[in-house]
Amino acid sequence: MSPAVRVQTWIDERFGWAEMIAPLQHKTVPRHRLSYWYFLGGITLFLFLIQIATGILLLLYYRPSANEAFESVQYITTQVKFGWLVRSIHSWSANLMIFTAFAHMFSVLFLRAYRKPRELTWVTGVVLLFLALGFGFSGYLLPWNTLAFFATKVGSEVAGQVPIIGPWIMVFLRGGPDVTGATLTRFFGFHVAVLPGLATLLLGVHVALVQRFGISVPPGLEQQWSSLPQPQREMRFFPNFFLRELMAWYVALAVLGLLAALFPWGLGTKADPFASAPAGIKPEWYFLSGFQALKLIPPKIFSIDGEVLGVLGFGAAGLVWLLLPFLEPKREGGGRPTFAIGVFALTFITAMTIYGYFGK
Amino acid sequence: MSFTTAEKPVLTRVCEVQESTAKNTSRRSLLKILLGGGILASLGSFLYPVLRYLVPPAETNLGVDSVIAATIHELKPNSSKIFRFGSRPALLIRTADGEYRAMSATCTHLSCTVQYRKDAQQVWCACHNGMYDLNGRNVSGPPPRPLEKYQVHIQGEEIQVQRA
Repeated sequence: MSPAVRVQTWIDERFGWAEMIAPLQHKTVPRHRLSYWYFLGGITLFLFLIQIATGILLLLYYRPSANEAFESVQYITTQVKFGWLVRSIHSWSANLMIFTAFAHMFSVLFLRAYRKPRELTWVTGVVLLFLALGFGFSGYLLPWNTLAFFATKVGSEVAGQVPIIGPWIMVFLRGGPDVTGATLTRFFGFHVAVLPGLATLLLGVHVALVQRFGISVPPGLEQQWSSLPQPQREMRFFPNFFLRELMAWYVALAVLGLLAALFPWGLGTKADPFASAPAGIKPEWYFLSGFQALKLIPPKIFSIDGEVLGVLGFGAAGLVWLLLPFLEPKREGGGRPTFAIGVFALTFITAMTIYGYFGK
Repeated sequence: MSFTTAEKPVLTRVCEVQESTAKNTSRRSLLKILLGGGILASLGSFLYPVLRYLVPPAETNLGVDSVIAATIHELKPNSSKIFRFGSRPALLIRTADGEYRAMSATCTHLSCTVQYRKDAQQVWCACHNGMYDLNGRNVSGPPPRPLEKYQVHIQGEEIQVQRA
């Protein structure tokens, strides 16, 4: 008996090998002209795994204090062998992950995969995206450079605008009334302990729900299929889809390696709490649309501070987005507010991001 | 006249059973309240210290009321300097006329640090394009309030800035 078979027998006698792999054998993925969109969730997961691996590597040299953070990242990128590459991959992979998560979300929205019974899959996915933005926001501060310092100041101040509990949230985030070394230490804790724990837990639920309900077929195709019966409408997950997904991961890895090597992530200048915000300061692209919207809101609307209204608006939009599946009409043929909301959101985010990028 | 249980009229027996069930129910709900209340109270006693722990202790040395911001040789007309005022940054401007002005450098919009723009002779916040005049009044962009203005006194060679 070969060692692999012996291990398999050992497991089978104790846990029931056949039962364990049964779900994998029966799992199928619908096969149609839009199947490519199904890869995006898996690619996002792959990039998350890369974040964990490179994040652990960065932890070996990074020091989370205002006096040492910038210097330790400088040390990683200039002294440690391949340190520049590890950091560059961590930064690029973070950005690509947020991009693929957005793409995955909009594909789910426009293919209407959030319909009953998959409402909670959508909800956990949106919360995961919020967590990813939290990762981005907290990780951005860790190199303790000028841009990060002001981004954190503005971002935590935005949180402080929430009525009643805002000031408490701001002090909680900053570890005091101002952005200081205490903020850096807290953000480090959020970034490497709190958020990874929450994200892993929620990711488990998200993936388990996908297993439970299987992969959604867009309703338009489902109708065509029932009127024109034809074989070969699905492929087995293992190995057929799995191998295709692996190829997609390989492509993602190639793109990531290329970006990280050709455009290594810069470090900027060390944060100085007593310097002016530099001209042309902008947040990361995924916060740019919100940033631009805050810039455009007038200072006072009906004697309420503009940014308070802005923050309440963001909160309301986030809540609607989270609960989007529940806005889907119960009967077919009714109006579909979800589609309109999706188109509006995509247009708003794209337009504001472009405006923020090119605008003064 | 006395009855044994079997001899009691049916109605009386039904009433007794109902009474004992009611007694049981009220005893059960009392126990539920006690148990639930106890669990809630113990959860509260675990959570309260954690919540208090999350909020850092208030800083004690916020009471800086005056500071030497610069010496009179430092600033040419139409230039500026950021200086420390307690734990926050502040802005000292020497106007084109040679006058000194001092104000908080923390933008009233989302608390970025502002700067003096020589070309516009105004105070500018780079984060969201807010503009203030030389008295710290918000003149354009998103800032909702003026910057806090400070008093400037020249004592010998030193420029002293004081909270108004």
